[in-house]
Amino acid sequence: MDQHFARTDMLPPMPPPVTERGAIKWGRENLFSTPLNIALTVLGVGIIWWVITASLPWWLNSVWTASSLGECRDIVAASAGEGATGACWAMIRQWWGAFIFGFYPPTEWWRPILAFGLLFAALSPVLFSGQTRNLTLILGVVLVFLVGTLWLAEAPALAFALSVALVVGLLALAQVRPGLTLWFTVAYPALCFWLLWGGSVWGPLVAMAGFAILYGVFRFGSPFIGLAPAAGAGVVAAVLWWLYLDVPVVNSLQSMLPFSLRSINSDQFGGFLLAIVIGVTGISFSLPIGILLALGRQSDMLIVKSLSVGFIEFIRGVPLITLLFTASLLLQYFLPPGTNFDIILRVIILVTFFAAAYLAEVIRGGLAALPRGQYEAADALGLDYWRAQRLIILPQALKISIPSIVSTFIGLFKDTTLVAFVGLMDPLKGVTQIVRADINWKGIYWEPYIFVGAIFFVICFGMSRYSMYLEKKLKTDHR
Amino acid sequence: MKKSVFFGTLAATTLVSGLAMAGTLDDVKARGELICGSNTGLTGFGAPDASGTWAGFDVDLCRAVAAAVLGDATKVKFVPTTGETRFTALQSGEVDLLVRNSTWTFSRDSELALDFVAVNYYDGQGFMVKKDLGVSSAKELDGATVCIQTGTTTELNLADFFKQNNINYQPVTVADDSEAQRQYLAGACDTYTTDASGLAASRATMPDADNHVILPEIISKEPLGPVVRHGDSAWGDVVRWTYYALLVAEEKGVTSANVSEVATSTADEEVKRLLGISGDMGAKIGLDNEAFKNAIAAVGNYGEIFSRNIGEGTSINLARGLNALWTQGGLQYAPPFR
Repeated sequence: MDQHFARTDMLPPMPPPVTERGAIKWGRENLFSTPLNIALTVLGVGIIWWVITASLPWWLNSVWTASSLGECRDIVAASAGEGATGACWAMIRQWWGAFIFGFYPPTEWWRPILAFGLLFAALSPVLFSGQTRNLTLILGVVLVFLVGTLWLAEAPALAFALSVALVVGLLALAQVRPGLTLWFTVAYPALCFWLLWGGSVWGPLVAMAGFAILYGVFRFGSPFIGLAPAAGAGVVAAVLWWLYLDVPVVNSLQSMLPFSLRSINSDQFGGFLLAIVIGVTGISFSLPIGILLALGRQSDMLIVKSLSVGFIEFIRGVPLITLLFTASLLLQYFLPPGTNFDIILRVIILVTFFAAAYLAEVIRGGLAALPRGQYEAADALGLDYWRAQRLIILPQALKISIPSIVSTFIGLFKDTTLVAFVGLMDPLKGVTQIVRADINWKGIYWEPYIFVGAIFFVICFGMSRYSMYLEKKLKTDHR
Repeated sequence: MKKSVFFGTLAATTLVSGLAMAGTLDDVKARGELICGSNTGLTGFGAPDASGTWAGFDVDLCRAVAAAVLGDATKVKFVPTTGETRFTALQSGEVDLLVRNSTWTFSRDSELALDFVAVNYYDGQGFMVKKDLGVSSAKELDGATVCIQTGTTTELNLADFFKQNNINYQPVTVADDSEAQRQYLAGACDTYTTDASGLAASRATMPDADNHVILPEIISKEPLGPVVRHGDSAWGDVVRWTYYALLVAEEKGVTSANVSEVATSTADEEVKRLLGISGDMGAKIGLDNEAFKNAIAAVGNYGEIFSRNIGEGTSINLARGLNALWTQGGLQYAPPFR
């Protein structure tokens, strides 16, 4: 009788050998696979160790309450012994207002805060078009943010109530007709301008009415005289409105219904308030201009094409600093004496041009990447030029260009610190220099840079994450 | 050809704008505000505090001019200008007056078509070294590494000085004062050179101020003063004589505290003319007769401005030195108020 030994049940699986699992396997494969990698790993760990040991005491000895750099040094010497170094964040404690708002009067800080909160409320219909869930989420965050910060900034009760009512209204609207929230986005520039600079509420409203006139003339004129002439007539009507009717209308409205905020001069703007005002305005206006320039560059019409090419190549060929110097100094030579053209406005215009020229090339790259067949298909459907662009070409071209567009935006936002060279108070150099001119903080070096750098990182990282979300959302092909 | 057309146009527009801006005094009066080109922040000379109020030695001169022209020392808008933009800002009419510790030199006065109307601070370039370096004169700095800010007149002065004395040095270029101070303290350079007033301010804030000395050699002349546009002499006179009024006030012992009392009691004819009691001095340059009295009442005399902002007793602790009145062995000398 054969006796066979047969196992009736499976052996339980053995754990893999210790070198083939867990951290050791990962380390062997990724850190110590070849002699070169071993050397690099050791070197890298050494550098990290060195950086940490060199800077850790500095971070650990941070001083948060002091009235001068000397006092900070005394506190560090008293707590950590003679010769120890320590960060002096007490400076930020004393000067954070200037880093965030410049010299915007503290009693009015609620205005930039409100404008900042509403910025997201205005952006969300564009960023998350028609998605009730995301809209609700963003508006809810805005509401919480505004309630908290406006309370901290001691906003007047009326402003507090009105802004909360506005956001709650938008929230409600987002539930029923999310598409309609886009109208708030349209009205936001005027609201933001009024909140930041103050003055009569009628100024920005009447200026916005100019755009309404432009659109009205275009809309009602185009069936009769054609698209381009109607657009031209609209522009002429709007310019006439701004030149001749704007001021008297504002004055008469203001005398009938006086409603104004304390007006704030541009030279009181500074810090991140200035960087965000320039950055956000530049970003929002450079995108449409850039798209038009990119289309103009591809156009068959000689004048449109050569103007676009000339503009793009000229602006791209000149460093941003040169344009800023032009804005701050050269323009003054050519304008009639006595004109007071706001410096922030001048800088915004040139920063916008600069970004638009770069964006035009980025978008042209997207347009060029589209297969020829897409253009021909649009033509075959019988779409006219603008419909073809709007429905077929641009959605695809812009989707391709998203990463480059966002990196242009991030670059633009960081470039706003260059305005320090024309004497504006940017957070990195302008405010820092003023802090160092204070005899109490003269000689402070790393702390302001780290503080400002951290805030810049948060903002730019946010933009970058949003662009990744957008790419994922728009990924419709199956590559 | 194209280039010359461009420069011709530029020159023509400059000329036109220069002509149109001939009456800065009238412009300022009409505007009701003086626009003063200032520093982007220099300890003791001009910087805003945490609430945005400007203060400093140069700032007070702007306030004095505003008090003289407009009767109110607060009606000044300070426009921060950088080293690169300051003169163009003045030429283009962006500012009415530049008080931004700018050195009066031949080329700036002539080529740039600017007028330096006075010298409110006589500075000079010096050296700071650590005590344990054992150096007592700048001439012993052979082979030293020197921290120096790029693009300044101090860089040229330094090269001149070492060449003349036939000694070698190794420049360590830095962008601004704070970086220079860091490099110097970290031992990247043996000595740091810049204007003596700046050295004193840096030294005052160092953790071990006693271990550093400022060497006796002053290797350059840096007369710093208010600047106006060339060709607007009436406005230049206003600025110049407002400044001299502050000097005369110190000479005669008129201060912001006693100015109204002196005005009623003085028997000194020059003081009477200064304070507008006799002689119509203000009216002769298009101002109120009480213009200089207002200026003195607002910011005090030259000595008060000095000691309040940068003088002994402040953290910067500068001695009067060359900036003492001529009667006390300094260079500050006002022509007669007659």
